[in-house]
Amino acid sequence: MNELSASSRITYRAVMVRPGVARRIRGLSDRTLAWLFITPTIVLLLAINIFPLLWTIYLSFTNYRANRANVPTIWLGADWYQSILTDPDIWAAMQVTAHFVIWTVVIETVLGFGLAYLIDKKFRGHGMWTTIILLPMMLSPAVVGNFWTFLYQPQIGLFNYVVAFFTGRAASSFQMLGDVTLSPWAIVIVDTWMWTPYVMLICLAGLRSIPDYIYEAAEVDRASKWRQFWSITLPMALPFIMLAVLFRGIENFKMFDMVNLLTGGGPGSTTEVASITLKRAAFESWRTGYSSAFAIILFVTVFGLANIYVKALNKVKSR
Amino acid sequence: MTSATTAHSVVEPSATTRRFAGSLVVLYAIITMIPLVWIMLTAFKSPDDAISYPPKVMFKPSLEGFCNLFTTRSRQTPEFIRSLGSPQGLCDSIARSRNMVVAGPSNYVPRFVNSLIIAFGSTVLAVALGTLSAYGFSRFRVPLKDDLLFFILSTRMMPPIAVAIPIYLMYRTIGLSDTRLGMILLYTSVNVSLAVWLLKGFIDEIPREYEEAAMIDGYTRFQAFVKVVLPQATTGIAATAIFCLIFAWNEYAFAVLLTSGNAQTAPPFIPIIIGEGGQDWPAVAAGTTLFLVPIVVFTVLLRKHLLRGITFGAVRK
Repeated sequence: MNELSASSRITYRAVMVRPGVARRIRGLSDRTLAWLFITPTIVLLLAINIFPLLWTIYLSFTNYRANRANVPTIWLGADWYQSILTDPDIWAAMQVTAHFVIWTVVIETVLGFGLAYLIDKKFRGHGMWTTIILLPMMLSPAVVGNFWTFLYQPQIGLFNYVVAFFTGRAASSFQMLGDVTLSPWAIVIVDTWMWTPYVMLICLAGLRSIPDYIYEAAEVDRASKWRQFWSITLPMALPFIMLAVLFRGIENFKMFDMVNLLTGGGPGSTTEVASITLKRAAFESWRTGYSSAFAIILFVTVFGLANIYVKALNKVKSR
Repeated sequence: MTSATTAHSVVEPSATTRRFAGSLVVLYAIITMIPLVWIMLTAFKSPDDAISYPPKVMFKPSLEGFCNLFTTRSRQTPEFIRSLGSPQGLCDSIARSRNMVVAGPSNYVPRFVNSLIIAFGSTVLAVALGTLSAYGFSRFRVPLKDDLLFFILSTRMMPPIAVAIPIYLMYRTIGLSDTRLGMILLYTSVNVSLAVWLLKGFIDEIPREYEEAAMIDGYTRFQAFVKVVLPQATTGIAATAIFCLIFAWNEYAFAVLLTSGNAQTAPPFIPIIIGEGGQDWPAVAAGTTLFLVPIVVFTVLLRKHLLRGITFGAVRK
């Protein structure tokens, strides 16, 4: 590959004594270099991601159990897939996951876009306050989940105290993590606290990509602020909002660490999102074949979403 | 609309709008900071203050949380404690005031060191591999380039628990379970996808003319890469490295499933810090605080590149 501009190619010819030989060596080395540079990454990913994935696919058709490696492995065909797709427990986990994903994405998008819209007004000190708002999303979800269990303590927790202060109920009268109806919302609250800044940051980039002259033209045409928002701001920021929604959707669909530490799936299985069901099947009941099949089903779903995500990425990139 | 607001620009928000927007954002920022500040305050509370009701905002600072974080203690009779000499150091005297003696160091420091080694090791590897690949994808015509790039990104989208099942079996077979090397390789494979995508964006922005000029001056392609492209990409490489570092530092799912002792990092360790009769909240808060402070510093350093990092280099602002 040789993309020298016309003028530099002339200089190049003038400087090099034997251009033919030089070009051949360099042409060869470019190609070799490209492969030398790219191969290590591909090899690593093949070894640590693709080979295990193929292994999982194989295991998902067998009765293998990781804690009983000596039992002869029997080929079961698609039995696990059939039993998973008809298992009411799995569908219950999927419903819990859907509740979690839908509510977090909706609340984070509304709050995040709202914040971005306000920050875009460029008040004094908006840079510093933006950085402060961004902090939670950089923290470890596991550590965040763990310290929120402290805030959610029924008697001594700050969260309960604040809610009690504003509603007049007793702080010990409700348990965010131990209550069947409240705990699905407890995990939504923590995820919202942590990831609203993410949506905000991407929406802010969307709002800043809208050129001023469009608003100026709208002012000249006497479009109301309300009309400007619905006809300019929202449509033009939409690809960015979509990007944030998709990414949050994918990430929360596979959510594990934060929920595992907050509730561990409980009480009962009211907050048992798909990843926790998978962990229980794979690492607590050691049903390796079964959990491999479930892992493949989850992976195919995420892969489909990721495909859409990359298309959205490229769309935003071409702006 | 009055003439005063339209005087300079029609699209500039008015002073009132700005003040209103500003106060709402500041309000949100303060609310969002309360949980973090609360945890950092709890780290300096005594166990009684930490679990008092109503929660205490004003309290007498204590280092007991940090002492409990770094030491293990055993309960002794007052007679035995009196028979010992004078207490050695602050933690010993705090422990003795609770009828205990310091029995030895806790596991927090080794876990913290594991976190450091694994995070830095995987970051160096991921950034090195990522820089090479990003340059390859940026400058050369690679067959199936888009498919390869999608493949690289898609490996990051896999649910961690789904990946952990076969990795667990594989590491058990080849003897990498609960080793730092195993965790470094695993985190590298997750981070390399981010590194390739981010760095490709940064390298795309460096004009090709620089390398071409260097090659006309007699550099080989490799020399041009080392001496021209790398220095130009320093900022991008640094930003990418910090992102990889933060991911590896924060990771929990793989760590909790694949390590149990030797290679265990801090995130799976902090939640299991317990004292007598349940969780020792000041010690947990102290461990959390020490663990989070580096991230806060890095976030402030990174703020200009955050957007790129979280969108795999697609949105550049």
